[in-house]
Amino acid sequence: MITVEQLSKHFGNVKAVDGISFEVEEHENLVLLGTSGCGKTTTLKMINRLIEPTAGSILIDGKNILEQPPEILRRGIGYVLQNNGLFPHYTVAENIAIVPQLLKWDNKRIEKRIAELMEKLHLTPDYLNVYPNELSGGQQQRVGLARALVADPPVLLMDEPFGALDNVTRAKIHAEFKALDELKRKTIIMVTHDVQEAFELGDRICLMDKGKIIQIGTPAELLFKPANDFVSGFLKEQRLQLEFRAIRIRDIWNWLPPAKVNAKAGSFSADSDVWTGLEKTKFGESANLNITWKEETKSAGFEQLISAFYQYQSNKRA
Amino acid sequence: MNEHQQSLWEFMSQQSDKLLTQTMQHIGLTFISLFIAVLIGLPLGIWITRKKQFSGTILGIAGVLQTIPSIALLGFMIPLLGIGAKPAIVALLLYALLPIIRNTYTGIIGVDAAVKEAALAMGMNKWQILFKVELPLAMPVILAGIRTATVTNVGVATLASYIAAGGLGEFIFGGISLNNTNMILAGAIPAALLAIIFDFLLSRLQKFNFKKIKTATATLPLLLILLASLYFIPSAYGGKLTAGFTPEFMGRQDGNLGLQNKYGLKIHTIVISDAVMYKAAYENQLDVISGYSTDGRLKAYNLVVLKDDKGIFPPYYAAPIVRQDALKKFPELEKTLNLLAGKITDSIMTDLNYRTDYLHQSPEKVAADFLRSNSILKPSRNGNSGIVRIGSKIFGEQYILASMYSLLIKGYTDYDVATKTGLGGTKICFDALTNNQIDLYPEYTGTGLLAILQPSSKAIDSLILDKNKTYNYVQREFEAKYSIEWLKPIGFNNAYALMMREKQAKKLNIKTISNLKRYLESK
Ligand SMILES: Nc1ncnc2c1ncn2[C@@H]1O[C@H](COP(=O)(O)OP(=O)(O)OP(=O)(O)O)[C@@H](O)[C@H]1O
Ligand SMILES: [Mg+2]
Repeated sequence: MITVEQLSKHFGNVKAVDGISFEVEEHENLVLLGTSGCGKTTTLKMINRLIEPTAGSILIDGKNILEQPPEILRRGIGYVLQNNGLFPHYTVAENIAIVPQLLKWDNKRIEKRIAELMEKLHLTPDYLNVYPNELSGGQQQRVGLARALVADPPVLLMDEPFGALDNVTRAKIHAEFKALDELKRKTIIMVTHDVQEAFELGDRICLMDKGKIIQIGTPAELLFKPANDFVSGFLKEQRLQLEFRAIRIRDIWNWLPPAKVNAKAGSFSADSDVWTGLEKTKFGESANLNITWKEETKSAGFEQLISAFYQYQSNKRA
Repeated sequence: MNEHQQSLWEFMSQQSDKLLTQTMQHIGLTFISLFIAVLIGLPLGIWITRKKQFSGTILGIAGVLQTIPSIALLGFMIPLLGIGAKPAIVALLLYALLPIIRNTYTGIIGVDAAVKEAALAMGMNKWQILFKVELPLAMPVILAGIRTATVTNVGVATLASYIAAGGLGEFIFGGISLNNTNMILAGAIPAALLAIIFDFLLSRLQKFNFKKIKTATATLPLLLILLASLYFIPSAYGGKLTAGFTPEFMGRQDGNLGLQNKYGLKIHTIVISDAVMYKAAYENQLDVISGYSTDGRLKAYNLVVLKDDKGIFPPYYAAPIVRQDALKKFPELEKTLNLLAGKITDSIMTDLNYRTDYLHQSPEKVAADFLRSNSILKPSRNGNSGIVRIGSKIFGEQYILASMYSLLIKGYTDYDVATKTGLGGTKICFDALTNNQIDLYPEYTGTGLLAILQPSSKAIDSLILDKNKTYNYVQREFEAKYSIEWLKPIGFNNAYALMMREKQAKKLNIKTISNLKRYLESK
């Protein structure tokens, strides 16, 4: 668990971060969202002490990070940057091995771990001895992720990790990211200024402006209980899609038609958001989804999902 | 003229021992200084990336050092470090500093900030970041700096021979003073080749990929030390006494060659410029030097001339040599120049030289004082019927003589005078005369015979021991070959001479060159 208390960072007169407090639960993915220059990166870098705070404190699992040597602290925190920051003079394997070597793992263990991660991140072993400049942007970002994950740190910090990727690649990596088991046991703080991404990947979102937190909550809370006009204004443009993202299948469960008797149990999870469900039906082009939740199986196509969604909405308003 | 017809290749193979020695010294000097420059420049370059407020100052100082002319820099070193390898290495390394510091600095500053941040974020400490990230990524830029420094050093190292540090400059500058093109080329071509080879090898290194660079940079220090140690191989042998000879003296029949042939003298010898030789002898850094018998510093530094008992040093009587054209164009000239004939003896010349070289009086003042005391100084007539151009070589005595002639011409004729003093050695002066850039300069009979005319050794042997025969011969030959006239001798004989500190010569009981040889051979 990460606890941030009254954290401030001033650069001269600029209050980059201005007295913010929040908590990130164990295995939670908190997204820092906000316009450019609102202090997201500064906040993130204070957590691994790339930037020292002007005031306030940060605790990880109750321990004040300022009381640990920064190098030791950092070896236990994965860090992924927008432009990946891979060492151009190291091969892929060498890049991934940096932290284990700092931790003095033996070579066998390092090799095994690298092989395991490469497979999970869909990188073939051919790439092991290749230099980063020979990789595509998506591959580079995967290697960057592997490098951050290799020593299995409990905390992962990500600063616009997918910011430099084109839309297609980004969507693909998002999907992989959500599916990656390694990430499920991590406490993650991720910075983005892409609202869609925040809604897709974040368990909770921390919306910032001018160094302060405007609202912190689940995607649904931000959408449906905005703290002020800034929040609703920030989400307005992509509202509909965000709502599909913010609402999960189980929320609209009651309005979905039951499946035929003897239907097979569905593999699709009721914890998924509606948007993902819509994507899964290929927006109506593919067959119905079978969804099983609490021993009950329901079946829905594109139309059924949309209709259940609107019934849920009007019901909520009533 | 048979020396001229000798091919460059013959010269090089004949002198292959020396050539090898000089080449090794040259490489050695280049890389010792380079190695030390890297040892100093690399950390300094790294340091100013950490303390940026000092970067301007440090780069500024290194930049200023580079703008000091190399000869001057070598000159500054002598009072501090004496002569030989030490000052040469220091001067060279000062030149090499700028490109190394600057490229280290820009190389490290240029490393992608995201990469540095990633290294920090992964928990590397500052040393790990330096050695694993910054230096490897800056290496191509740093290597470019080392490459620049190497090529500069190969060039500047030719000047090291001026202060007895050896190297290919010995041939180059010896050749220039001896008017020996083969000798110049035997030094210049290998020096140029070294520069090209090292430049090429380092350019290849720069283009390596990271993996190769890693191995290369690991072996580079070793290679540098290896190359640097070449310097010490030739000088590994020592001796009882150390001689310092000028490059000119080294290559001359009436110099070191004669000492070896006729006396069988074997002495540990270093090559040194005339400018610092006397002082070095005075300061016990050299024991025997090849001086000139009328040099003022003889008096200043308590040196004595060793008697040339086998007579290898030919007479060097000074006389003005003038282009015949000029004598025709300026009818008054010959008479005026001859006013000085027979007026200056050896001891007078030594004294005049002492005043300029040691008391630092200006040659003009010394010349005027002398003419006045001989009652032949007349006020200038500010004439304007033509300009006589007087040249001189680049040492005090010649300046004094040129000044005297200038004063006499202005006082006794209606000609004006332009002086072109400091025309380097014999070759430069003589070429200026034959190419009609000057009308006259003071020359010495021995030089005319051995450095310019270069007759067969048989002819030399028959001429050399008689001062009149020598004079008549050069007078006749110069007129026939170059249309240049030798006027009457001034009187003194500025011959080559071996000299030692008076005290040491007395203590070792050395009066003649044969005494010296006997002493060196005694156990
Ligand atoms: N080293 C620094 N020196 C001075 N000001 C800084 C420094 N770093 C950040 N700032 C300022 O602090 C504010 C917050 O910067 P920060 O990088 O945290 O923003 P951000 O939310 O990450 O923006 P972006 O989305 O553009 O990355 C900005 O006004 C920025 O100009
Ligand atoms: Mg940022």
